Amino acid sequence: MKALHRGYVTSPVLIALWSVTTVIVVAIALALGTGTAARPSIPMSLLLGGAIGIAMPLLHRRSLVAIAAALIFAALTSIGFGPMEFGEEIGTLGGALAGAVTGLAVAFSASRIVGDLPFAGMDRHEFEHCVIRFLIGFGFVVFTASVLIPFGVMVATSLKSQQELLQNPLDYSIDLSKGWGLLRSYRELFVDYSFGSYLWTSFYVSVVTVLVTLLFSVPGAYAVARLRFKGQRHLSQSILLIYMVPMIVLALPIYMAFSVAGLRNSILGIVLIYPVTTIPVALYILQGYFKGIPVEIEEAGLMDGLSRLSVIRRITLPLCLPALASVSLYVFMIAWNEFLLAFMLLDDPSKFTLTRGVAMLNSSEIPRQHLMAGAVIASVPVLALFMGLERFLTQGLTAGSVKG
Amino acid sequence: MEDRTAVPPKGPKPLQKQEARLAWGMLLPTIVSIALIVVLPLLAIFWISFKPVSLGDLRAPSPIANERLRGELSAPGDRATIEYRLRNSHAQNRITGVELIDTIPEGLAIEELDDRCELAGQRLTCTLGDWEGGHRESLQLPVTAEIEFPDGPPNPRDSAPVLSGEGQSALTGWDLTLDNFIAVFDARDFLSVLWATVFYTVVGTIGALVAGLFAALLLNQTFRGRGVLRGLFLFPYVVPVIAAAFTWITLFDPFSGSANALLLQMGFTQGPINFFGERPLALIMVTVFEIWRYFPLSFLFILARMQAVDAGMFEAADMDGASPFQKFRYLLLPQLFGILSVLFLLRFIWTFNKFDDIFLLTGGNAGTRTLTVNVYEQAFAVSDIGAGAAVAVVIFFCLLGFSAIYFWALRHEEEL
Repeated sequence: MKALHRGYVTSPVLIALWSVTTVIVVAIALALGTGTAARPSIPMSLLLGGAIGIAMPLLHRRSLVAIAAALIFAALTSIGFGPMEFGEEIGTLGGALAGAVTGLAVAFSASRIVGDLPFAGMDRHEFEHCVIRFLIGFGFVVFTASVLIPFGVMVATSLKSQQELLQNPLDYSIDLSKGWGLLRSYRELFVDYSFGSYLWTSFYVSVVTVLVTLLFSVPGAYAVARLRFKGQRHLSQSILLIYMVPMIVLALPIYMAFSVAGLRNSILGIVLIYPVTTIPVALYILQGYFKGIPVEIEEAGLMDGLSRLSVIRRITLPLCLPALASVSLYVFMIAWNEFLLAFMLLDDPSKFTLTRGVAMLNSSEIPRQHLMAGAVIASVPVLALFMGLERFLTQGLTAGSVKG
Repeated sequence: MEDRTAVPPKGPKPLQKQEARLAWGMLLPTIVSIALIVVLPLLAIFWISFKPVSLGDLRAPSPIANERLRGELSAPGDRATIEYRLRNSHAQNRITGVELIDTIPEGLAIEELDDRCELAGQRLTCTLGDWEGGHRESLQLPVTAEIEFPDGPPNPRDSAPVLSGEGQSALTGWDLTLDNFIAVFDARDFLSVLWATVFYTVVGTIGALVAGLFAALLLNQTFRGRGVLRGLFLFPYVVPVIAAAFTWITLFDPFSGSANALLLQMGFTQGPINFFGERPLALIMVTVFEIWRYFPLSFLFILARMQAVDAGMFEAADMDGASPFQKFRYLLLPQLFGILSVLFLLRFIWTFNKFDDIFLLTGGNAGTRTLTVNVYEQAFAVSDIGAGAAVAVVIFFCLLGFSAIYFWALRHEEEL
């Protein structure tokens, strides 16, 4: 480790790695954003990054290094010998521009990562700080890309036509001149595949699930949290245990029982079964909240002559509104996203929920952009709800549920 | 002298009793619904796992009759035969007390009556006894025409024969067997299923935890756009699994997927890679998907815990000259140990339980069949419900073990 504690070792190593990261990011961004064929050259990126890494602590003049890096990257890229190689269509000028931007980006981040490093000896603090800065940058790039790329591809694919997708599977640039024509897949889903009705089914199934869940779990949670009776402690543990039984184990007998009872292929069956999957979670979260409310408030109500039930209705529930909101949101999300039961129990396309409807689109006869448009339709409402009320959801999630 | 101090009454007081009654009353709907949809199916699964049942056996065996008229009937005196072809719909299970009731068309005289049958007017009643599984026979009734049939012979099928009998369903009865379990453990691919389960669960859990810790460290500092990134990082967890899984399938499609096109263009591979169809790549891919989808959850919990850590401790450490890595290793990590271990255990159980993700991504092919996917595979793809139930029972016992460890750890945690 000691050998690494020198500016002229640490800096080029880190910046060379950073340079490779940057070049790959730029290449992917260019490929997906414009459809340009971009091929990163790992050895060249390492070499140039290493050079910047040496220059930075040696010269300590950030802007000078940045300008030099931009020029060198641009020059090398335009003669086809740079950290990236491009196809013909981008031209010398485009290549030079892309190279310059990459060079600037590498040099700028290099100044942030190793800008204040001494060239020779450095202490442990300086070393660890610059490694951490590198890791932070790297982490942000990796996490952001890993989330943005799939969701970007999902949205962009849904806006393409079959022909465009076959022509170049990398080109996700959006041709705005098509106007409303971009939304063709969506229109077809709503018109030909009755996604409007699936959307509505999913919505009311989720709402009913939330209502039934609250109706069952609020009194149950209150009893577990507040009332004293034998077996209280064991009960709250068994709730958690129930919550760990996987659905696939139960799905088989439920499928058989529903077939016999004629509940398969009916929304009633779905609405009967969804709340049972969410009641244990809701009960577990809510009892935690109820325990947090001071007993004295309730006792004051009891002393003043309220019955237990009116204490719950007039005192406890109003105090728990945020908790109820977050539980409702969480349950809504579970019901909206539920796939397995809908998949096993619903066969009749007129009764599909949204997730079941999207599953139906996964066939070789239905083009990919329809499937992705379906995925967008299924994701947008729950994402919008979540974005608007993130605070509640996060609270609900962290309040005691780790369901996945 | 008599002891006059008041002795409190033994046993629960009336108020306590009332409170307990109220509590059970409030819990009753939940307990009933959970008993119906969780406990009952669990018992059913146990029962089925000891029965030799396949998907087709779910219908109880029933007697089936096929009736037809052999021979010509037009003028009085013509002779023909009414034939009932009878069979048990089930290959193994018996039907007891089979009875056939039919109406013989007007104008036909029965020459010879089978000795199991009786005729009252036009009404034919045959008591056919017990049928073994797969039983077949043919019941013949020679008839003579008594009148003329100008419009062709009467069709005995105009009145369908009614059969009754007690069929024993494959699901009842005491013929229990261990064959399902033997089949599950003996199967050639059992080791591969076990390996996929262990790999997926262990690597998926630890990966999601480490990624979540990393993400929490990134966002545990104040900078502009932090709220946006925080929301963005939660995306994979919030969207429906079906949307996430199909997006990955589209992205990694061997022929039209962008990932392959990108790798080819960048010169990292020579030919297309079948990410979800090759061993052992498919297993790695579904595990990466699991990490990607569930790191937000660990991230959320770890971040919440980090923000509750006392900042004064770090200031003290700064004064003592601790380096950043030392602060992480010796100050922050011990603080996070509690939440990390709880998360590990819960995530472990949930990952072990996971079905949808793998089912959607690979359908359990290419060495990605975990125990939960195996339940579906056995019960629905192979139609062997008994074997599927046996796998489910195995899963249930694994979970019981994990839960015991979890509760033990939880208690341990409280003591600390």
